[in-house]
Order: sequence, then structure tokens, then C-alpha cells
Amino acid sequence: MAIFLTEKTKVIVQGITGSEGSKHTRRMILSGTNIVGGVTPGKGGQVVEIEGKSLPVFNSVKEAIAATGADASVIFVPPKFAKSAVIDAIDAHLPLIVVITEGIPVHDTASFHAHSLKVGKSRIIGPNCPGLISPGKSNIGITPADITGPGSIGLVSKSGTLTYQMMYELRDIGFTTAVGIGGDPIVGTTHIDCLRAFQDDPETKAIVMIGEIGGDAEERAAAFIKEYVTKPVVGYVAGFTAPEGKTMGHAGAIVSGSSGTAEAKKVALEAAGVKVGKTPSQTAELLRAILKG
Amino acid sequence: MDLFEYQARDLFEANSIPVLKAKVATTAVQARDAAQEIGGKVVVKAQVKVGGRGKAGGVKLAENGDDAFVKAEAILGMDIKGHIVKKVMIAAAAPIESEYYLAILLDRSNRSFLVMASVAGGMDIEEVAHKTPDKLAKVHIDPNEGISQEKALAIVRQGGFGSDVENQVADVLVTLWKTFQSSDATLVEVNPLVKTVDGRVIALDGKVTLDDNAAFRHPEFEALIDHEAADPLEALAKERDLNYVKLQGEVGVIGNGAGLVMSTLDVVAYAGERFGGVKPANFLDIGGGASAQVMADGLSIILGDKDVKSVFVNVFGGITSCDAVANGIIQALEMLGDKASKPIVVRLDGNNVIEGRAILNKANHPLIQQVDSMDGAAARAAELAAK
Repeated sequence: MAIFLTEKTKVIVQGITGSEGSKHTRRMILSGTNIVGGVTPGKGGQVVEIEGKSLPVFNSVKEAIAATGADASVIFVPPKFAKSAVIDAIDAHLPLIVVITEGIPVHDTASFHAHSLKVGKSRIIGPNCPGLISPGKSNIGITPADITGPGSIGLVSKSGTLTYQMMYELRDIGFTTAVGIGGDPIVGTTHIDCLRAFQDDPETKAIVMIGEIGGDAEERAAAFIKEYVTKPVVGYVAGFTAPEGKTMGHAGAIVSGSSGTAEAKKVALEAAGVKVGKTPSQTAELLRAILKG
Repeated sequence: MDLFEYQARDLFEANSIPVLKAKVATTAVQARDAAQEIGGKVVVKAQVKVGGRGKAGGVKLAENGDDAFVKAEAILGMDIKGHIVKKVMIAAAAPIESEYYLAILLDRSNRSFLVMASVAGGMDIEEVAHKTPDKLAKVHIDPNEGISQEKALAIVRQGGFGSDVENQVADVLVTLWKTFQSSDATLVEVNPLVKTVDGRVIALDGKVTLDDNAAFRHPEFEALIDHEAADPLEALAKERDLNYVKLQGEVGVIGNGAGLVMSTLDVVAYAGERFGGVKPANFLDIGGGASAQVMADGLSIILGDKDVKSVFVNVFGGITSCDAVANGIIQALEMLGDKASKPIVVRLDGNNVIEGRAILNKANHPLIQQVDSMDGAAARAAELAAK
């Protein structure tokens, strides 16, 4: 089993006619994702040919669902138009919305997040994330599909390339699902949401959680693990040597004052029984040792 | 982007939040002229983006223009926690009766916005929140509903404001929300918000943080950037659209993706412990599309750092393919010519890794060394930097 998606998930691409959208549609099709169409307002009625598939383009998500039965969307539209694209998907009651777009103003994200809570029909993943992959089944987003195959590990991470690195470190074991939740200050799906889903997924035997400096998401996840998760969890937090007060790329990756540091997160996770590695390779070793018993 | 106090004040004024008359000065003469123009007693305030300036002597009352000259001369050039004072704000002095606290901010934990209001302002609000939490009203705001007059009044009452000021403070809160939203701010804080002896409510000091992601719809952000403060290499990187942060170390680091680069800094620092405490010299994320030009720009900035003794290029090819990165490195070295003089340790994995490694092997460049693992490459780069 996988969390949040299956090989049957029918995916539409919002922004399919753009260069990023079409490039990644190709990659997703090649990795087995069931792409059924796309949405670009104003270009409804067109058909794009990608990897031997004729994909219809619609003006709205609602139209796309009516014609294709889509139950998930992946969004590649530029920051300027991202909010209206997400709202379109929320209002169409799409169960899964994956927002890849980087650089969305946080007021826009706060707005569509609040709207989604009110409508109550969608799970949003991201923004500013690589998406999620269940190797061999489906890949919604930009994660390279050939790093590793299906297996027994569930992974949740804020960072894209660090997710790839960790999948690579554990390529001999493989994954049920790897979810990149994104590094922005507000994200639709949290570490906790993924931990709960992995705990409830019978095929996931162990969980890797990757965090980053800034915010308190890892501390909250630690509290949740203590209370709910009985499967083994190993953790990694990037940014132990980051100086305070410097922003490093992700909006989330800011250290200021004493809270939000890698050390504080490590302490919180270890208090919840999570083994925390100092590097990706060490973290992989910790997990391997646990699975070997 | 954090604003200076005077920039926050100007933003408040432009949005009709009551503020005192004030002018910014970069010299003592300007300070004197400003004080004379404002008239009466003034406060000379150091403009630095760090707390605790009052305790450090960065805020002084001046009786008149000549006194403002003397006070500004003392404050300009002062070092406050590593921030050199380059500007002072000359503000009218107001006789204060009470000090309050008012703020709207992004609340990451609740994925929403939060208002905080208290009659116990003027001092460390964290202290108030910790010791007397009942004195600080904390109310979540639905981003799509905002703050109506009624909601503002309810919050203000919850914060313990008396009937003498509640309407005025509620007005300020409604205006502050509009400012927060229309400016794409992640923080607008008024501390203190004061009541003067003649009963007016005025924003005396402000902190504002703006969301850099929203710059595309705010052309006015450009004028607010403090170009002087940036490290010269950071400024150059910004010009070239590179995500670069200068650190104090010897191993230059280039990678793709913020998380991986941050992790690389850690791995280099741990490896450096075995080589006399060698540390990473910078954070540099080249992002998704690592073209030759981006790689050349990145390498030239890192090689322009005189502290750098070796360079570690750590790429996990996702969207970026390793052959493109390898070609980028080779072309970058051609572009840089003699300017490239430090050893470069390259670790490639992921998308098209075999092709990428083959390109570097074939080029056989004297400066390039390939190592297959992240840990091994970090150790090699640290070792080279320690020599």
C-alpha cells in the first residue's frame, strides 16, 4: 500500500502547456503515473501529445474532472497565478492537490489554505515541494523515479534534494511512499499528517523523518510520535552548523533565537524515542540497524 | 526583508496609522536641521535592525537642534551588537501616559495569522507572555475574513484596553491589518503603541517584515532594500540571482536545493573536525537549472572569497541532470581561466550520473577531483582546505 495515492490515481496537470508543466508531465508518464489531462485557463479544447498520450486540456478543474474522472492534481503554474489555480482545484473538490510552485507569497498560501479547510474536501501538499512518490506505482511531482523501488520505508521531508539523497542512501530497502511536504512557512500537509498515515499503512515498517532548522514543526511531530506512532522512526535535521539569524534558501530555514535550531529539534525527537542521525548516511545506518533488529 | 524603524514609520504614515513627525538623518548636521524643522524636544534614535538599542545608548532625548547635533554625533557610527549605525531617526518627543503592544504576524504553527494585543507594552513582550499570559490577547485571524471593526474592538477589550482608548486602538488595529495585507507583510509590530497625556494613540516604534516572495507585485520593495548592509560577495550573488550566504570558513560549497546544501555544510563541518577545524565558507544553492552560466557565476563568487582554500560541488541530479552539471563545471572553468586556482571536489549522483562522471573523467582537468559519496567528498575537500 501507499499513502495518499495509488497506481489508479488519475492525475491532471495544472499548467500542462507551460515548459515546466510539459517537461514534468513527460517524466511522470515515464514513471508510471496515470496522467489523464491538464488545465490551462483559456486553452481549453487543445490536446497535447506527450509520450504517445493525447492529453486533453481544460479551462477549469471542474471541467477536467467531469471529462476524465481525475482525483488528483499537480500544479506547475507560476507564483503569480498559483493561488487561483489552487482555489480552482479546491472548489472542484479534488481530493489531492500537489503544489510544486516555488515562490508563492505566504499571504496567498494562507488564503488558499484557510479556504481549503473551510471547504473540507482536499488534501494539499506543498507548496514549494517535490511532491510524492510511491515507487513503481505513481509519482506526482518532480522526484526522480529511478532512485529506488518499492519497499517498506515511509519518508517525510521538507526538502526536495535531501529527500532524493535519503532515498538514494536507502535504495537497497525501498519505499512505500516518500512525501516532500515543502519548506514554506505554511504547507498544506505536515509531518504529523504523514506520520499518522504511515503509522496506519500496514506496508510501512519504518519511518524516516527529515527536518530543517526554523519553525517548530519537528518539535510538534516529536510530541505526536510519542502519543501515536508505534513504528520505528529515525530522524535527520539539516542545519546543525548554520549560524543564527541567517536565511538559507527555504523560507523555513531560518534560525533566530534559541528555538528552531537543529539541536533543539534533535533533543525533542530523541525525547520521543526517535533516533537522530548527524548526517544522511548515518541516519540511513540507524534505520538499517533497526530493520535488522 | 526586515525594515528599519523609519521605513516602518513611513509605511504606517502612508496607511494612515497615527505616527509622530520624524525625519531620517545620516549626519549630525542633517540631524540638527531635522530637529529644528520638527521643533521642540526630539528623540534621536539609532536605525539598526537589532533589538536592545536603547540599553546600548542608541536612543537619546535632545532639547533642541544643537543638542540633536551632539546626540546624533555620538550615536552615528556606534556599534550595536555588530550593527554599525549609519542613520538616525529624529522624531518629535511626546509626553507619554501609557505604553501598549499591538502586532499582527504569520503564525507558522497554526498556519494562519495571529493578532497579539496587550496593555502591558513598552517592555519585553515575551516576558509579559511568559509571566502574565492573561495580559496578552492572542487571537487567530482568518486570512480571508480579516479584521472588521467589531472584531478589532473585541480583541482590544480582550487585551485589557480601557474604554478611554478602546475605539482608537481598534481603529489602529483595523488599519494595521490593511497594512499587513496590502504590503504582503509577515510581521507588523507596534511596540510601544502609546497614549499621550493629551489622550492621543500613536505608534511610537514599529517593526515590519515583508515577504520577499511577494516582490513581483510590489515594485516599491526595491527601494527598501538595504544594499549597504550586504556582504560584497552576497550583493554580487544577489545581482546574479544566486542564493548565497557568506560564512566564516575555508571550504566553498555549491549544491542544488536548500536542504541538501544545508546538510552539506553540516557534513563538511563534521569532516573538518578531523582536519584542524576546517569549516564551510558559504551556503550556495544553484537551484534546479544548473546551466554552465549559473555554475560559472557560482564558482566565480566562491573563488572570489579569499578565505576559500577548496571547493566542494555536491549535486544530486533531480530535475538537473548530472551531465548538464558536469558540462557546466567544465565550461565554467574555461570561462574563469586563470581565476580558477583552487581544487574542486565534485560529487555527482542521481539523474544521468554515469554520463556526468564520464564527462569529468574525460576532461581530466587538473583542478577537479571526483569522489563518489557525499561523506567522502566532504572529507577530501576538508583535507585539501587544511593543507
